[in-house]
Amino acid sequence: MRDFYLMVDCNNFYASCERVFDPSLEGRPVVVLSNNDGCVIARSNEAKALGIAMGEPAYKREDFYARSGVRVLSSNYALYGDMSARVMRTLGQFCAEAEIYSIDECFLMLRGLDSASLLDTAREIRATVKKWTGIPVGVGIARTKTLAKVANRLAKKGDGARLLEDEDDIDRVLHSTEPGDVWGIGRRSARFLAACGVRTALDLKRRPDDWVRRHLTVTGLRTVLELRQIPCIALEDAPPPARSLVCSRSFGTRVESLESLEEAVSAYVQRAAEKLRRKGLVAGTVQVFLETNRFQPGPQYCASRGRALPAPTADTLVLHGPALQILREIHKPGYKYQKAGVILLDLAPAGQRQLSFLEPSGEEKTRRDALMRVMDRVNTMHGQGTLTLAASGLGRKEWHMRQERRSPRYTTSWAELPVVC
Amino acid sequence: MSNILNLNQTSRDRVEILGRAVNESGGATPLYLERISAGFPSPADDYIETALDLNTYLVRNPAATFMVRVSGDSMSGAGIHDGDILVVDRSEEPVPGKIVVAVLDGELTVKRLVRKDGQIFLAPENPRYRPIAVAAEQDLHVWGVVSGVVRRL
Repeated sequence: MRDFYLMVDCNNFYASCERVFDPSLEGRPVVVLSNNDGCVIARSNEAKALGIAMGEPAYKREDFYARSGVRVLSSNYALYGDMSARVMRTLGQFCAEAEIYSIDECFLMLRGLDSASLLDTAREIRATVKKWTGIPVGVGIARTKTLAKVANRLAKKGDGARLLEDEDDIDRVLHSTEPGDVWGIGRRSARFLAACGVRTALDLKRRPDDWVRRHLTVTGLRTVLELRQIPCIALEDAPPPARSLVCSRSFGTRVESLESLEEAVSAYVQRAAEKLRRKGLVAGTVQVFLETNRFQPGPQYCASRGRALPAPTADTLVLHGPALQILREIHKPGYKYQKAGVILLDLAPAGQRQLSFLEPSGEEKTRRDALMRVMDRVNTMHGQGTLTLAASGLGRKEWHMRQERRSPRYTTSWAELPVVC
Repeated sequence: MSNILNLNQTSRDRVEILGRAVNESGGATPLYLERISAGFPSPADDYIETALDLNTYLVRNPAATFMVRVSGDSMSGAGIHDGDILVVDRSEEPVPGKIVVAVLDGELTVKRLVRKDGQIFLAPENPRYRPIAVAAEQDLHVWGVVSGVVRRL
């Protein structure tokens, strides 16, 4: 018996997450906007049917959306992240070997099943994920990850599960697939292939190995072998522990004053340090960056600078000082800034760090760690930013993200749970 | 912290001591943060794992378990009151007799699922409200089965 890969993909993931908790969105066109409520980043099928395009700026078509009854939502990543974790955990029930590929996609590997049992399993996966989490998924099955991706596209158009195994069936499908729609074929390769007369994925599959290797390198050859049902891309194990952690946002409006930037950077340091502690890591270097919007007219500037810390830490108060110092060094007046961010580097597990004489004494350290735990707990219980450093400012700020239509954080905030009557 | 009430709880005047409660899941202080002293290890160290975690008591299937907040008094007869948090398990089967969260006219509602003379009802547990008969052609969608109530006093 052979191994089979399953590509499980959530349908219209963001819109589906919203619908689980707000059933009135069912059957209606729903779009989700990018940070700052700019462009459409997710659409329900009904929204796609209305001709709403991915990435279109929502504000330009507000009248049309209103006339067509489109429900417009700000992105709610707290919700999507939690729902993704639930879907992945549910998929873990079906198989020990899995690779989380993105927020809404996962590869599974199943061994020793015949076609009928594979399709039964796929149907069971779909039913279980739908029942447990409310999220509809499609399943594509094939002997290689690349073909499983192709099968997944078909599954979405069909009844939600599709097996690609029979060689003639695969060739028929590849004949109506563009090379650029094959997983691993980038836009540049797709243009090159078109110029060479490779019009379909089937043409690509039939190209000789040495030609493929010469023009698409060994990575391209692997993709082509996978189209021939020869597994070349294994499941990736758990991703290596993060080496860096970023907290950055585009501002709601463009920001000029150093004071506002300081507040923003202060808020980002706090957020980044919180994430660091949640992962049980410490950082050795703090980096801050600033940039203007290069798509807007006017003078442009961007800068970034890092600073090594005397001892690695996850203490917000220790990280905060150098971050603001760097900001003041790189800030130049007279520019309209669009984005700032904090990057923590040289990450290491908190338990394995080297001890240093520059660290606070044991007693001081214990107190500081306790303070951080209190901050994290209060902010978990009562919402982000309940306990914050005064340096990040109070009240609504110009640099805050615009999120005027965000749904509640149904699954991660006690204050925003769904209400039942 | 929170008090847990089982559904259908009957009043009792006896309490049972279960063990040491833990105040947050995964919140135990890692040992390396503590002062390390030479000498005999604490004989209690081996027993630290036995702390009680409310999550394990309330949540059988974490991926499928959601919390919702109750508004109103339609289920007060079942010990579910305004402002309570319900633990809802979507993986449990919604058989008649269970208290469920259902979708009705695009809204979430909590009621007991009742079958009487072949007819399905969403029944409140408060004489001031009337059961909702679910017509055959109506699409009743059970969102999840209520598996616990959490209330802070």
